[in-house]
Amino acid sequence: MIFFLETLIGGLLAGTMYSLVAIGFVLIFKASGVFNFAQGAMLLFSALTFVSLQEHGIPFLQSLLLTVVVIVIGAVAIERAVLRPLMNRSQITLFMATLGLSFILEGLAQGLMGAEVRALDLGIEDTPLMLGEVMVSQFDLVAASTAAVLVTVLALLFNKTHIGISLRAVADDTRAALSIGINLNRIWQIVWAVAGCAGLVAGLLWGARQGVQFSLSLVVLKALPVLIIGGFTSIGGAIVGGLIVGAAENLAEVYVGPSIGGGITPWFAYFLALVFLHVRPAGLFGERAIERV
Amino acid sequence: MNQLVHRLPKPFDNAPLEIVPHRVPWGLSGLAVFAFFAVPWLGSDYWLNAILIPFLVLSLAGLGLNLLTGYAGQTSVGAAGFMAVGAFATYGLLLRVPGLPLPVALIGGGLIAAAVGWVFGIPSARIKGFYLMVTTLAAQFFLEWVFTKFPWFYNNASSGTISAPRLELLGVDLSSPVGRYLLTLVTVALLTWVAVNLVRSQIGRNWMAIRDMDTAAAVIGIRVERDKRRAFAVSSFYLGIAGALWAFAYLGTASAGSFDINRSFQILFIIIIGGMGSIAGNFIGAAFISLLPIVLSYAGQALLGGSVDAGQIQNLQKMIFGTLIIWFLVKEPDGLVRLIASLREKLAVWPLRF
Repeated sequence: MIFFLETLIGGLLAGTMYSLVAIGFVLIFKASGVFNFAQGAMLLFSALTFVSLQEHGIPFLQSLLLTVVVIVIGAVAIERAVLRPLMNRSQITLFMATLGLSFILEGLAQGLMGAEVRALDLGIEDTPLMLGEVMVSQFDLVAASTAAVLVTVLALLFNKTHIGISLRAVADDTRAALSIGINLNRIWQIVWAVAGCAGLVAGLLWGARQGVQFSLSLVVLKALPVLIIGGFTSIGGAIVGGLIVGAAENLAEVYVGPSIGGGITPWFAYFLALVFLHVRPAGLFGERAIERV
Repeated sequence: MNQLVHRLPKPFDNAPLEIVPHRVPWGLSGLAVFAFFAVPWLGSDYWLNAILIPFLVLSLAGLGLNLLTGYAGQTSVGAAGFMAVGAFATYGLLLRVPGLPLPVALIGGGLIAAAVGWVFGIPSARIKGFYLMVTTLAAQFFLEWVFTKFPWFYNNASSGTISAPRLELLGVDLSSPVGRYLLTLVTVALLTWVAVNLVRSQIGRNWMAIRDMDTAAAVIGIRVERDKRRAFAVSSFYLGIAGALWAFAYLGTASAGSFDINRSFQILFIIIIGGMGSIAGNFIGAAFISLLPIVLSYAGQALLGGSVDAGQIQNLQKMIFGTLIIWFLVKEPDGLVRLIASLREKLAVWPLRF
């Protein structure tokens, strides 16, 4: 029983890491309808930038600020060069453009900052913590609380600030938002920057766990089933989806994996997502599309 | 009694059977003759092995994906998974059924891939767009895992690889570069011919209606779910045969890793750059994709002379690639094939303008 609880809690906490990645997707998809495949590359790029700055002896806070500046510049550039010329194109076209974008970012990140594995120390101890009889990883706890903080900040941003309310207006009805004078291009720039910052947080946590390297950009593939389960348009869905995927993946690897050859984590989450999709084709919290002919 | 007789107009006796006159353009026939008869004589082993065979196989794979994505409108990022099914199934058939002729094994591999594709097409009945795309990713990862985890598929080889079994047809050995080239060329030519007719037939028209708007297609009586599944099956058939050729005619030795997600993306890029919903586009896109790295590495060598290491050139290649994709999407969403067509239109009236 204790082992089961440990597996479950470990999975849930690992799931919040997935949620962190998925939130970046949701933000961009909500505001601009772009399924941003480059989220993983953005994650890699920002984490690499941060690590490189640290290696040059710049203290933690300054490097964080500089990285955010780089992200904002990147977001503006992406909006100018990619999104604006492709306005009003089909969603699939935009998705493919982000595929191209991910190639550029990956090439740029590795070309400028090297391809070797970098260690990243955030000063979080990875010693197990005993809660009653259950052993919990301290690092995972920190990651989970970071996710909680991030979601709170985002919720405040969306509900209390002028920018956030414009963002929600754009997400609700782009045309109506345009007609009351909301600057769509500016909103997109902001959303991409915010998603980039969410990506930075995710990238730092993942990077501290497994080293900052190319495989960081593959975290994206982990986040996709989370999105499917939670729905593309709901931040809450991303959190719940992440928890479900994390827990189910851990439990399946431990209890089902050995009987079918093990190593099932790469696809189990997708399998789970498929089952969910069959019941709810727009995810748990996604908006059901109404089609008119 | 004065009967009111409503007369229908008499049907034309000479009503055209074909709506679009179908004839093979001279240029294409010339190209075919050249590819079949001149290239085997002229081409060096390097050209055949490293450029022409992969180009042809990638064109075929692009064709398979284009049927699904460009014609039926179902975006798939699991193309390489179905290629793997074709490769491993063909290998298994040749290995376990003694005396099975190569073409039969290829078609068998394709049919098995088609069956797998049909199964992974089932969700398309309920799921659309990005959600569906993620299910094709599920196929990609699941299939890759299957062909790594279960040694039965690669005959318990310790390396986990499959290598070209007997490549022969009616006693003729096809394992030389020219033989493999001709095998690939004949397969690709036949399948392309089938595809051209397929997209002109009822099922191809149904696919295009579904692509343009599936709700509307359902309203006019197209059985959307059935036709989507068929698109998955036909596309996987093509991809399966392409996978078998990729493994045995090009690589020689393949493993599940030869069909990873990057291969899927490569094939997706072929159809984006070449042109979605176009048969010729696959060939143009595949030529572009397979020649670009070669050109870039030559250019890198020539411009920078060995001073830059291979890793940097690869990064540069990636960036150029990404830029080109975005550039294409912005400038010419219909791909190279449209670019060439409009160039031809302009040249036809040159130096005047429309």
